[in-house]
Amino acid sequence: MDITELTVHELQDKLNNKELTSEQITKAYIDRINEKEKDVGAFVTVCENEALNEAKKADAEGYNGAFKGIPIGIKDNLNTTGIKTTCSSKMLENFVSPYDATVVEKVKQEGMPILGKLNMDEFAMGSSTENSYIKVTHNPWNLNKVPGGSSGGSAAAVSANLVPWALGSDTGGSIRQPASLCGVVGLKPTYGLVSRYGLVAFASSLDQVGPITKDVKDCAMLLNIIAGHDEKDTTSYDRPKVDYCKALKNDVKGLKIGVPVEFFGEGINEEVKAKLRQAIEVYKELGAIVEECSLNASEYALATYYIIACAEASSNLGRFDGIRYGYRAKDFTTLKELYTKSRTEGFGDEVKRRIILGTYVLSSGYYDAYYKKAQKVRTYVKKQFDEQFKKYDVLLTPVSPTTAFNIGEKKENPLEMYLADICTVSINIASVPAISIPCGVDKKGLPIGMQLIGDRFNEETILNAAYTFEQKIKFRENYKPEFKKD
Amino acid sequence: MSVGKEELLHIAKLADLKVDDNEIEKYIKNLDDILDYVKILEKVPINDLDETIGANDNFNVFRKDEVKEFGNRQGLLENAPEKERDMYKIPKVL
Repeated sequence: MDITELTVHELQDKLNNKELTSEQITKAYIDRINEKEKDVGAFVTVCENEALNEAKKADAEGYNGAFKGIPIGIKDNLNTTGIKTTCSSKMLENFVSPYDATVVEKVKQEGMPILGKLNMDEFAMGSSTENSYIKVTHNPWNLNKVPGGSSGGSAAAVSANLVPWALGSDTGGSIRQPASLCGVVGLKPTYGLVSRYGLVAFASSLDQVGPITKDVKDCAMLLNIIAGHDEKDTTSYDRPKVDYCKALKNDVKGLKIGVPVEFFGEGINEEVKAKLRQAIEVYKELGAIVEECSLNASEYALATYYIIACAEASSNLGRFDGIRYGYRAKDFTTLKELYTKSRTEGFGDEVKRRIILGTYVLSSGYYDAYYKKAQKVRTYVKKQFDEQFKKYDVLLTPVSPTTAFNIGEKKENPLEMYLADICTVSINIASVPAISIPCGVDKKGLPIGMQLIGDRFNEETILNAAYTFEQKIKFRENYKPEFKKD
Repeated sequence: MSVGKEELLHIAKLADLKVDDNEIEKYIKNLDDILDYVKILEKVPINDLDETIGANDNFNVFRKDEVKEFGNRQGLLENAPEKERDMYKIPKVL
């Protein structure tokens, strides 16, 4: 038995039956990291000793039937005391947070060993993880391809069995798109379901923390751990606790699924469309009611997204000034010079590009034409979604217009890279939840993802829809990443 | 409409970033490309719509304004690029 092949719910069974200890599980993952990390490059920091110590402690205390002793990987923009939180940026290369993010606190309270911090696009800005200052992450299905981004390290690590599951963050698709490109499951929860406290802010009205897992049941379990109100994040909702595992009924009879035709237009790869159409047939066979619908929000949403996200980023990233933490330039005389040089030397190209765009759209004379207009379009996009959810329980779309692309292919063309998010950003703009699950592979053997979108706080509906599909097609039994090098 | 050089440098200054002479053209092109792309928003019928303020329905979140001890002063100071006697050190401002 290869321990690292097992899902978390399978690990729970083994722990319950005393077939495995936490130390054995954690050791298996450390061995796997030592074997495969050189090819994949998913980690910024590996916490071998700390994780093993935590595992031994868990074994000594005895398994509790929940998540004690089950390891996890954390995206490197979630604050962790005692472990660096770099955001894959030179700016925070040596930053150690003096406090834990709320989601990290929850993971620690469960007694879960942290295997390490996972690579990402710098400050979560990107769709390929190529914007990392630390390293390039390779897609486990084909090492010459990108893993997607910005949570590319998290998705690649789960896909390559370097961690049993991981936390990511999603501002415009940063959980779902890499999950899709790496053939794993990723959920962007409703805005406000999960606390953002201790998540290094990119665009505060869009950011959300979520799970990246091997299957849907694991996804529901990790959501159970991280969801909930937090007084430290006033945008988190105070609502009754839900057990998301109970939603997994393996039954979609009568479920109303809308398929927005605009998500199947020009620019979406034919193989992706074909696979999605097969998925639609599967849902029909399973008894769901599937209809085409119209949601002309995707293109508008992308333009809106880049205005709002960059505007918020330009404000959020103002805090990096070389005074209290982060990179400080060596050579300066005045305070202003310290600020400017530290920021110019500490931020990478894409981050600076977005700060400049954000500053531009917020600047006097352009505010109304760009930012204010984008905020109105955001309302329009939200209304479009509201209309659809009066008619449908779930909307079904592609996650990414293409399968994984070559490393270096889009790096020099920012606009083309931004188009990688065309199917995902509208979900953040509308604050609704969406899950990405694998639905097959293309001719080259690269995974294709399907996105299921739900109405606000209807995670249960999309999790059940995803679970039912997964049980039918059994993607993980049929396809595995092969670390190809061609 | 293309973003002018002076305008770009003004924006960079507002953002406390320095754009080198050899990067100006690249930044202007990137900015022009995106601003051109977002023109698509002119087609959206938004005249009757309000701006979205906050991601969720507007609601006020109140709490008592109470001071809480953070408790990890050392952790904060350890990240300071330069410090002296438990204080952040910066260049002379006066």
